[in-house]
Amino acid sequence: MENYYDELMRDVRFEEGLNACMNCGVCTAICPAAEFYKYDPRKIVDTVQGKDDHEIESLLKSDTIWYCGECMSCKTRCPRGNTPGLVVMSLRSLSQKLGFFTESEKGRQQFAIKRTVGENIFKYGYCVAAYAVSPEMHKEQGPIWKYILDHTNDVYERLGGKVNELGAGPLRKIPEDAREELKKIFEVTGGTEFFNSIEKHSKAKAAELGLEYKKQGIDNEYFIEVFTTNNNEHTT
Amino acid sequence: MKKDGKKRIWSEYQKEIADDHFFYVRSCIRQSFFPGSEQFFLHFMRNVLGKDVFENPSHTTCTGIGYHSDIVPFSTIMTVIARHFALMKESGYKNIAISCVTSFGIYTEIIETWKHFPEELEKTRDYLYKATGREFDIPENMAHTSDIIYKFRNEIAAKAKNLLINRKTGEPLKVVEHIGCHYSKMFPKYGVGGAEFPNVLSGMVEAWGGEVVDYPERRHCCGFGFRQYLVQANRGYSLSNTAKKFESMRPFKPDMVITNCPGCNMFMDKWQYTMREMEGTVYGENGESVPVLTYEELAGLVMGYNPWDLGLQYHMVQSEPLLRKMGIEFDENDKFRTKDGRQMPVPENLINV
Repeated sequence: MENYYDELMRDVRFEEGLNACMNCGVCTAICPAAEFYKYDPRKIVDTVQGKDDHEIESLLKSDTIWYCGECMSCKTRCPRGNTPGLVVMSLRSLSQKLGFFTESEKGRQQFAIKRTVGENIFKYGYCVAAYAVSPEMHKEQGPIWKYILDHTNDVYERLGGKVNELGAGPLRKIPEDAREELKKIFEVTGGTEFFNSIEKHSKAKAAELGLEYKKQGIDNEYFIEVFTTNNNEHTT
Repeated sequence: MKKDGKKRIWSEYQKEIADDHFFYVRSCIRQSFFPGSEQFFLHFMRNVLGKDVFENPSHTTCTGIGYHSDIVPFSTIMTVIARHFALMKESGYKNIAISCVTSFGIYTEIIETWKHFPEELEKTRDYLYKATGREFDIPENMAHTSDIIYKFRNEIAAKAKNLLINRKTGEPLKVVEHIGCHYSKMFPKYGVGGAEFPNVLSGMVEAWGGEVVDYPERRHCCGFGFRQYLVQANRGYSLSNTAKKFESMRPFKPDMVITNCPGCNMFMDKWQYTMREMEGTVYGENGESVPVLTYEELAGLVMGYNPWDLGLQYHMVQSEPLLRKMGIEFDENDKFRTKDGRQMPVPENLINV
């Protein structure tokens, strides 16, 4: 078994986020995730500072580390200057590097985020773009959203939009050379390798579960499974 | 009273906001969902105040939504942000104006990381040069665009055509202000009033004649939660947290909500629709829902801009109840028209119509 604590310490966010927790529980009191999920950020920090590799590995394979919404309200309130949210972020990064994220329902969802937000970054140069938010997958956006997409050019033109046009303005087309630079940054900094790790482990999990996996896109059984499945055992 | 001592005590809560010459970076979410807000900001700055605000078309996503949903490594986003700083340097600017609270939080996190871990700054310089051949400087002044509107709030008040006052009763309108967690909860010194006394929106509301509602869950998260909204199976988290806020504010009978962050704006608007659909719950008076506006939309209304040029018709919760309270005259027939005046179909099932 590896020394997970030392591995976590290589992440500056972990070093910054963990000083010494005295288990006061203020983070849990302020936490929006703890309000609704079976979730206690105090316990996560306490487990990690215990440096027990067996315990940390269980955490890396659990649903628990995926409940946080990264609002970072805990950072403001911790009397010891810890940031449980940063500790969670470094745990999530390590879980994905080691392939442990596919062991939990919530962890497996990283594949869906990579195939949507992740692909948008390269395809459009935006994480989120109006034309990439389909009404079918976002029913809560209501009838106005379908209307906006049905009349994209007319709606945005009145509001100053430059939909898919080169040059300054909202929803402009990001020039190809800028998108190429984004890709190169991902290659040089390990972002591409990280994406590949998510893909590799997700493909293996899809095979284990007997679900169809396709090299691209969201039209496959594994995507739909991880995007929609909720065993309804996560809440208090 | 010794004013000097008072100034010193409050000095940590002050923020220096540049006066002119801004490098403007758009928000993925604001430009997609509230493009009229960005349009207002640029128009107001350039044409009303005569300021220099520059936009470089090569600016891309900051990858912040990916970072906070944990698919983008820290080294990667630091280098993407460094590229933005390089574009700023190449364009000859030193003051950055950021249109998104998620991006703003990321800029603050990265700049603070570079201060605490100088080796990360050097690594980022190497990565950026290797990937793009570019070099960068850290901005001298960093403002969220709401900071800039806050700075010029009295200029807006001086030009106001519509104050935040109920024209019938003469009473100030009751305004809920929602700051957005990443504005100052992480690095308080970058926000106006810090994390404890955030004044960026309440300062605008008060300058324009309204009354700020102080309710128990005022600082609670809107519920976005990044992966908790992005993945359909998790959206109960997002909805439940928004419901918690609206339940808490309801007894105070707010006339409107004003938001700092475009994501919060979207959720507090769209989840009201969802709660109404799911349970028939509404949080305004007379069976209506509460209009949720960006600070630019509100500033635009105060200055007398046409609400339909600001894009208010493209929220789920329509703003007519608020417009009537403010005594703003509007042309219903102009609401769903194109820029050149062509009538578009009228969408159905909107709220507050």
